[in-house]
Amino acid sequence: MSDHERTAADKADFKRELTEVVPHLRAFARGLCGRADMADDLVQETLLKAWAAQERFQPGTSMRAWTFVILRNAYLTDMRRNRFRGEYDETVAERVLTAPAGQEEPIHLSDMHRALLTLPPERREALLLVGAGGFSYEEAATICDCAVGTIKSRVGRARAALNAMLADGNIPKRSIGDSAAHRAILQELDDVASGMGSSRS
Amino acid sequence: MSSDTPNTPQRAPAGGPPPHPSAPGKEQDPDWANGLRQLYDSVVEEPLPDSFQDLLDKLDVKD
Repeated sequence: MSDHERTAADKADFKRELTEVVPHLRAFARGLCGRADMADDLVQETLLKAWAAQERFQPGTSMRAWTFVILRNAYLTDMRRNRFRGEYDETVAERVLTAPAGQEEPIHLSDMHRALLTLPPERREALLLVGAGGFSYEEAATICDCAVGTIKSRVGRARAALNAMLADGNIPKRSIGDSAAHRAILQELDDVASGMGSSRS
Repeated sequence: MSSDTPNTPQRAPAGGPPPHPSAPGKEQDPDWANGLRQLYDSVVEEPLPDSFQDLLDKLDVKD
């Protein structure tokens, strides 16, 4: 397949590193597409693609960054096919994040997740990479194949949007027992956030 | 803010510059900021579904 014949040891090293990043791929995918089942499908797709392309991985570089690129591209392809629409996963833990002063309700982890899913995808991924995944702006720019300034701008806008939602308690609420309506709301929010919406503010 | 992802050897600097896990967020750190990390870590810490090990096991065989 490649000029350089990969030894069994090369493949074992690659597989070990690939195995180590699976939890991170799952976390990134979950943040991107919201639903655990879809996220895991995306990770499986990523693992197969990574394995098939393993001769292009340079040993000694970041496996996490390398596989995130693959996952991101797979996600964007699926997005274009409209498979993911920021659907919210109801199974996210109800962990309390913080209870801002003067606010009746504390912020839960699920609030954060819902708020995150209302962001346009490119801002969501930028914030996930930098704010959750711990990548530098430079690394995130490499993963997203864009300028560092673009990443900074996206992260800044994403932070501002989340801040408006979380700090002001203006978090999209889950609808009780009506996930379809909830998805519609999220989609509308997503459209508004990406400049396609009209009435909602 | 020291709750970085545990057990992440892949985060070690390899070829490029070392990652800066908390550097970019410094300008403004609202209350919810570490929630992003928590959200991420909560998934990282989940036990891996069997389907992943199954898939990884099959990779070698397919070659």
